[in-house]
Formats: sequence, C-alpha cells, structure tokens
Amino acid sequence: MNLRAIWAIYTYEMKRFFRTIFESLLSPVISTTLYFVVFGAAIGGRIEEVEGVSYGAFIVPGLIMLSVMTQAISNASFGIYFPKFIGTIYEHLSAPVSSFEIVTGYVGAAATKSLVIGAVILMTARLFVEIEIMHPSMMVVFLVMICISFALFGFIIGIWSENFQQLQLVPLLVVTPLVFLGGAFYSVSMLPPAWQVVTLFNPVVYLISGFRWAFFGVADVSPGFSLAAVAVFFALCLAAVWVIFRTGYRIKS
Amino acid sequence: MGAIVEVENLTKTYKDGLIALGGVSFTIEAGEILALLGPNGAGKTTLISALCGITAPSGGHARIGGHDVVRDWRAARRLVGLVPQEVALEPFERVINTVRFSRGLFGKGRDEALIERILRQLSLWDKRNASTRELSGGMKRRVLIAKALCHEPRVLFLDEPTAGVDVELRRDMWEVVRELKAQGVTIILTTHYIEEAEAIADRVAVINKGEILLVENKANLMRRMGRKTLRIDLVQPVDTVPEALAAYDLERIEEGAALLYHYDTRGDGTGITRLLQALAREGLCLRDIETRQSSLEEIFVGLVQEGAA
Ligand SMILES: Nc1ncnc2c1ncn2[C@@H]1O[C@H](COP(=O)(O)OP(=O)(O)O)[C@@H](O)[C@H]1O
Ligand SMILES: [Mg+2]
Repeated sequence: MNLRAIWAIYTYEMKRFFRTIFESLLSPVISTTLYFVVFGAAIGGRIEEVEGVSYGAFIVPGLIMLSVMTQAISNASFGIYFPKFIGTIYEHLSAPVSSFEIVTGYVGAAATKSLVIGAVILMTARLFVEIEIMHPSMMVVFLVMICISFALFGFIIGIWSENFQQLQLVPLLVVTPLVFLGGAFYSVSMLPPAWQVVTLFNPVVYLISGFRWAFFGVADVSPGFSLAAVAVFFALCLAAVWVIFRTGYRIKS
Repeated sequence: MGAIVEVENLTKTYKDGLIALGGVSFTIEAGEILALLGPNGAGKTTLISALCGITAPSGGHARIGGHDVVRDWRAARRLVGLVPQEVALEPFERVINTVRFSRGLFGKGRDEALIERILRQLSLWDKRNASTRELSGGMKRRVLIAKALCHEPRVLFLDEPTAGVDVELRRDMWEVVRELKAQGVTIILTTHYIEEAEAIADRVAVINKGEILLVENKANLMRRMGRKTLRIDLVQPVDTVPEALAAYDLERIEEGAALLYHYDTRGDGTGITRLLQALAREGLCLRDIETRQSSLEEIFVGLVQEGAA
C-alpha cells in the first residue's frame, strides 16, 4: 500500500479547496441563508409545523443533504476529470499507485470537503432556528456514508465524462431534481397518495428520510430501510469504480 | 553492467485495429543513453507508454530492473521516471509543489534538499514559487523533468524532450542528460532528429511502423557514416585494376571508366595522396575526382525504406 501517494493526492486536493476556502464556504452559507429567507420566512409562515417539528428546522437536514450531495459529486468529478482534461493523469498512471489508492485519495478529499460544507451549513442554520439532534451518532454515520458514496459517484462521473458539459449533466439533470423531489423541503406524507407511491422509487427519499430521522426522530420510511439504501448505493458505486479500473475504461487507451 | 530494460516481442494494437507495435524486442543496458529514433507515427510514444503503464500492452513482455511491467507493476514503476511528449502541468500550482506532489505519488518521503538540488540543476530554483502557467514552454518541460527526477528513478524516459525547443535550450537539455548519465541514470529518449541521436546517444534504436529496424552502438553507426567513397573518372578505361594498386581495394565500375576507393575519414590517414601518386606512377590519367559521404540520415532513410518495402 502506497500510503504516501494517497496522502499526496488527498492533501493536493485539499489544498485546492483551502486556496479558495472563502469562495468554497461562502456559497453554501449564502444559499442556506437564502433558503431560510425563502422557505423559512415565506412558506414557514403558512406551514408552521411538520410532524411536530417547526418548518424552519424541518428543512435543515434536506438543505444539508442537497449541498453535501452536489458538492461531493462536483468535487470528486472535477478532481479526477481535471487531470484527464489537462493530461497530467499520465503521472498517476505511471506512478506506483494502485487504482484503489487513487480512488481513496480523490474520494477521501471530496468527502472531506463536503463534510466541512455540511457542518458549516448546520452551523449557519443554527443562527436561524433551534435544532436539537436526537441521534447524533447516527446523524454522523448517515452524513459520512452519504459524503463518501456521492464522492464515489462523482468520481465515476468524472471518469466517464469526455467534456465539461457531460461533467455537469448528471448532477444537473439527475441529482438535483431527485433531491428536490426527494422530500428535502417537505414530508412525503404531505403529497397526494398516488405521488407518495411514485416518490418511493426515488432513492434519495430514503437518504433524506434517514438523515432527518437522526435529527428529529420522524421519518418517511423506516430508518432501517434508509441505512440499507445508503449501504446499497455505496456498494454499487464501489463496484462500478472497481469495474472501471479493471477494464481501464476511459482511462487507458 | 547488465540489462535494465528488457523488451520481448511487445505488441500493441489500438482499439481501432491499428497495430502500433508489431512485436518489438530489445534490451537497454544500465547506465546508457539510448536514442529511439523514428519518424512521426513510428510507435515511439506507444512503446514508452506500454513500458511506463500509460497503456496496456496487447502482447509480449517487458521487464524493468527485472520486474515485469504488468505483473509486478509497482516494483517496475518505482524505478521509472517519465517525461511525456505533451507538456501537461496543473496551471495554477507552484513549481515546487508539483514537484513535491510527484515525489509523494511515488511513495517517497519529503526531501527538500534533493528537490532543491534538482531544481537548481535544471535552472528552476529561481522559479520555484512561480505558477506553472507563467513559465515558457522550455521551462515547463524542465518542470516535467524535475517531476520525473524527484523520485530518484534509475531509468528515465524522455519522449521528444527537444521537440519545439529552440537550439540553445536543446543544448542545455543535452547537458542535463549527460549529467544524469554521469549520476548513473539510464536514459531512453525518443527523437526524430538524427543530429540529436548523434549528439548524445550511446546507442541508437531505429523504429518505424512499429518495428525496431536496428539497435546499434552509435560508434558503429558513425563508422558506417564516416566511410567515404572517392570516385575516380579515368580518361582511358582500364580492363583490370593494376597489380600495384591491389592494396587499395579499388572497385571497377562502368566498364573500367571509373574506380571507387572506400576509405575511413577517421582513420590515421586516408591514403588518398598515396593512391593518387600510385595512379600517376601507373600512368593513368584522371578526368575527374569526386568524394561522397553516406550520412546517418542516408542510412536511416535506407532502413526506413527497406522496412516499408
Ligand atoms: N490512442 C490511440 N488510439 C489509436 N491510435 C493511436 C493512439 N495513439 C497513437 N496511435 C497511432 O499509433 C501510431 C503510433 O503512434 P505514436 O506511438 O504516437 O508514434 P510516435 O510517438 O513515434 O510519433 C500512429 O499511427 C498513431 O496514429
Ligand atoms: Mg510520439
């Protein structure tokens, strides 16, 4: 195991983040504030409570998920796409570094960044509403698993992409809609019955529901299901990465 | 010294069916400078890529330092530094950081003294804190060399290090290569400039259309190249070369209207003066004389054409 290589990739990626730490953190802070102004003040005035939780607090887990998922994907996909794009990937390929080590470095860094962003959003949200976390350790488990899984997913997108448009395609057309429709800002029980069934085909519902359960003890689906969903998603991404490296898909000619 | 790189029947067929390497075999001795000489599209980059792990070989074997590049890739790659043909550098990173990164990627611990020495050797020390995108093309290539050297490789592959580089910088680059050789690094450089192969290589491998046409000691090649031919046109054709001229091994051509004398320019004396005196003693009148040199270029073109035929 080339631990120094993992560390080199990880710190190199983290440096990119810290070089632009202000921009990196400013945008999630601003968007969280905006969401609170729009959803909390405007809608919250009408929907005071959802399942016994104030609406302002209710949307916090969804907000964190939205940022964490999109940030994990974009950081990891960009992280591996960029060396491919500018040609510096030759160095990774010619170094005594295994694919596992490369993935660990990039995915670890992307997951760390999104974790930091998630924490910053939580702290920002606390300025607006009071939040008590009912199952803190489960909250951390969900958050970390989701950061890692989505970073893996982003890594796959970065390998698959041949241009910048493709790089943004999946997050824009698939992930963001699924998160919005996945109950980030409402409870599934608030939907008409037919839509409640349709919604259950959206995998993100399970992730957000589980994460929210860790906060407030209320959930759209049972927390066990949520945990299983996270584990399955994680395993699928891991398997896809393994296949990619086995076959050299879009990395080696 | 033994072979440090051994290539056996290595083949590479790209996905589109193009056979870029058609069974290449040769060895590289530890400590030598080998020039891989061939026209564009010959397969030089493909060969280097297959040896360094950039591309998977389709068949055959290659070993570096005794380690198979596919089965025992980690041990093989530890020994290898690669300077690619295309300049590729992270644009917003400082020079010294990209070099440190390379060392980490190869699993080596920090060694700032070594990095300083390498950057100084490549005249990059003053630019160590510059962002890579501020550097000129030649400087960028030096950074790539620094990145390849910072993990102390025993074998260095330089893929067209002087393509698109001005004459002065090319001289500098050759100087660097010689210094590295003095430090015991084995160097394989590809080029399509014959003068380059001639200037710095110990041995030259000529490659065309995915085949190695010859691997030869440069001195031998130079000897071939050093051979000149003196053509002597006679006023009166001769039926036989006179006995007294036997020592000169003359070749009779055009039914005796002309004689050819082959000689070595690098010998202790070409023998031309004595030959001309001997010709005069034999009473032969000369109409004209002419000398010709066969260059490495000619040898090379000849080989490439043979390969194409
Ligand atoms: N990734 C690739 N896919 C398909 N063909 C390629 C690829 N890379 C190189 N080739 C082809 O393989 C041949 C050898 O190319 P290359 O090794 O780059 O030659 P050289 O470095 O000697 O100029 C050329 O015909 C080139 O077009
Ligand atoms: Mg080339």
